[in-house]
Amino acid sequence: MSKFKKKKKGLPAISTASLPDIVFMLLFFFMVSTTMRETDLLIKKPVLPVASEVKKLELKSLVSTIYIGKSKDTRIAGDKIQVNDKIVEVKDIPSFIFSERALRKEDEVKFMTTSIKADKEASVGTILDIKEQLRDINALKISFSTSRGNDLSSNYK
Amino acid sequence: MARREIGEINAGSMADIAFLLLIFFLVTTTMDVDSGIARKLPEKTDVQSDVIVKEKNVMDIVVNRNNQLLVENEYVKVTDVKRLAMKFIDNGGGIGTPIDDKPGEPCDYCGGEKDPNSSDHPTKAIISLQSDRGTTYGMYISIQNEIEGAYTELRNKLSKKLYGRTYDELLGDYKDNPSKSLQDKIDDLKNKYPQIITEPEPIK
Repeated sequence: MSKFKKKKKGLPAISTASLPDIVFMLLFFFMVSTTMRETDLLIKKPVLPVASEVKKLELKSLVSTIYIGKSKDTRIAGDKIQVNDKIVEVKDIPSFIFSERALRKEDEVKFMTTSIKADKEASVGTILDIKEQLRDINALKISFSTSRGNDLSSNYK
Repeated sequence: MARREIGEINAGSMADIAFLLLIFFLVTTTMDVDSGIARKLPEKTDVQSDVIVKEKNVMDIVVNRNNQLLVENEYVKVTDVKRLAMKFIDNGGGIGTPIDDKPGEPCDYCGGEKDPNSSDHPTKAIISLQSDRGTTYGMYISIQNEIEGAYTELRNKLSKKLYGRTYDELLGDYKDNPSKSLQDKIDDLKNKYPQIITEPEPIK
């Protein structure tokens, strides 16, 4: 009988060998899921002007962005406007806003903001044309996207 | 030859390393916040009402395609705009806009020079920004920024005097805990120095 009693009964330690694997899995999950969804720019990346009196844009899901900048092809002059992965004309802006509105709930529409990300070398004429289009369709909240800074002299060289 | 025993590598600290990495990524992947100068466009109306505005209540800012600035027909630098705008808005040389049939009152909170040839009241002071189609956007934003700065500074000053905290601080407080009294204070400041900016058709 004593043969069988030799085994000592104790609590076996919980193996923590798989803990790194679990944590690594979490790590990869976060690394993958936090990639920023950034629309592919078809125009040259706009260099935003600097401003000191900036406000943060709230309610990111209600922001529609319009990019304005130079064409990637340096031979083509003038400002190009990009919305949602394609280059459009000024007159197409209303339809873009309407399609953005269609994606939102009705009561959220009035909180929608249009963010204009324009290159500092862009001409004001283009911006004012877009503003006029936005006024026509009652998309009145706009934000001129800028980077924060106190030295404004780089804006107008 | 005795076989040397290969010791097992202690994997206990692996979890800690991974945790450290995890926390690092969690902290650093904050997305870049989109910030900018907020503007509200005027609504389009079919009815054109003719409002007569006195010349002295309008501050004309004109910028041409060479990014040169004219304020009240004088050549100035962008950095001067804020000071000039503040002087203009805060002048308080006359009486304000009548509210709800009550006659307009002189500005009792203005710190300006009360020059009769400048604006009557902050509620009447209009800033007109006329740009050229060829003006660069950077310049345009700089001017907008200066104008915004002028209003903010005036509101800050008044707020400090009335409530002991600046307008910016009030806005921060409101974000942390929105209350009716704070909202009223902010609205009051906004009404005392309303942003009246008009942008006429650009020069072709």
